[in-house]
Amino acid sequence: MHPAPSVIFFTVFSGLGFGFLTWLGVGIPAPQGWAAFPYFFVAFAMAVGGLIASTFHLGNPKNALKAFSQWRTSWLSREAWMAVLTLSAMGIFAAANIFLNISMPPLGIIGAIMALITVYTTSMMYAQLKTVPRWNHWTTSLLFILLALGGGAILAADSLGTILFIGLAALAQIYVWDAGDKRFAKRGHSIETATGLGDMGKVRMYEAPHSGTNYLLTEMVYVIARKHAIKLRIIAFILAYIAPMLLAIISGRGFDLYILALIVHIVGILAQRWLFFAEAEHVVGLYYDKR
Amino acid sequence: MTQLPQTTDKKLGLVIDLDTCVGCQACVISCKGWNTENYGAPLSDMDAYGANPSGTFLNRVHSFEVQPDTGGCAQTVHFPKSCLHCEDAPCVTVCPTGASYKRGEDGIVLVDEDACIGCGLCAWSCPYGARELDQAAGVMKKCTLCIDRIYNENLPEVDRVPSCVRTCPAGARHFGDFADPDSDVSKLVAERGGMDLMPEQGTKPVNKYLPPRPKDTLQEVDASAPILNPVAETPKGFLGWLDKALEAL
Repeated sequence: MHPAPSVIFFTVFSGLGFGFLTWLGVGIPAPQGWAAFPYFFVAFAMAVGGLIASTFHLGNPKNALKAFSQWRTSWLSREAWMAVLTLSAMGIFAAANIFLNISMPPLGIIGAIMALITVYTTSMMYAQLKTVPRWNHWTTSLLFILLALGGGAILAADSLGTILFIGLAALAQIYVWDAGDKRFAKRGHSIETATGLGDMGKVRMYEAPHSGTNYLLTEMVYVIARKHAIKLRIIAFILAYIAPMLLAIISGRGFDLYILALIVHIVGILAQRWLFFAEAEHVVGLYYDKR
Repeated sequence: MTQLPQTTDKKLGLVIDLDTCVGCQACVISCKGWNTENYGAPLSDMDAYGANPSGTFLNRVHSFEVQPDTGGCAQTVHFPKSCLHCEDAPCVTVCPTGASYKRGEDGIVLVDEDACIGCGLCAWSCPYGARELDQAAGVMKKCTLCIDRIYNENLPEVDRVPSCVRTCPAGARHFGDFADPDSDVSKLVAERGGMDLMPEQGTKPVNKYLPPRPKDTLQEVDASAPILNPVAETPKGFLGWLDKALEAL
């Protein structure tokens, strides 16, 4: 799959933003009055910025409001609803906290749960796709949620949360990479099932339907730079998981090292998310004898 | 709405005969020609006269070679591919705006371009590569089964079939109603063992493909050998005498 920058930024930053909102919702940390402003500003800027980045992926964004209509079947539509509802609930929670100095813990907890559901709906846009076996598994959602909680914990400068959730995310990541590598073959998709010609013998494409490229190939049969995948996995794993955990252990409850932890985590997750798309193989590639 | 209809009154679709298709690409061109000037946004081309031309097509012909497991000659199969108008169409349910829908009356899967946001999720969910996002219009394009031909009473009756079917010079494409067991397409599928593409995806395609008929297997024997073998090893009679006389010279 084509690793479009807009979608990478969308998933990384909205994940971090909603993850941070989860922590703020449960009161870790629990700043009051104007001191709370920078916390909520960062969380909202990331969540909203990510959502705005996602609209750059649209071919025809003028109809974007219609995306709220099909929540009964569409995960993208559910994501749109959950994002708006969560931002509204947490907006009220934040405004009451900042401007009126009123703390509303029940609303915060509801908002925190909604933020995690929002991350889940984001993950389901990918995990629902049977056509991309690497994504089509519940562990895709698990990793998205653990990363939101882990990244949120770094933003919240909470050492226990960082170590716990980044650690769990690292374990999930190892499984997701390993199982993901095998899932395409495990599902039994092949050029023979794609063409239905398997009963006759071994199938290969000898002539493509078009001499140039097309939307299908650029969007779904992205094979550039996969050869660097192993190196990128190592870099992503160290930056996104190992380094933030080590920094959290060193810094305890101090604040300054968390800025460094956040920066390396974001760089690592950007690499991880690039791999998430670039390594994902769509079954349509079988019709082109490519994966 | 992006909820799929429980059942459709008709199941309109295509039968594609892989035995007959000669890979001439006429269906590709006629499809592009008809659909660029009728339903919805035109099918644009990018860099059409430049170094890297590309464009939107609703139907494309792949060509495969099948090497039999039992040995012998490989077989060429031309393989036209367009929307299969699946009964369980994943492209419909993923759509956030309701632009993608399956019609209850005839089962045709369509895109309402006025509601499409061009997010591309439907194209991602399609295993067959049946949907292409037009790079000029920014909306999703797909086979409409030529709804603007099949119900068009301004056209002579013979033309009220999809453009690809009408144009196929080999008779490799057939259009009809699969819900009717007595329709020509249903009979063809029953007779020739019509198959689904990538059945493991669970999309229940309406369009069916007829597998190529088995070809003769070329044996490693010289078919002309018995004919060319000398009939008489040693000449007798007059020819025998002549043979001996000539040898003696």
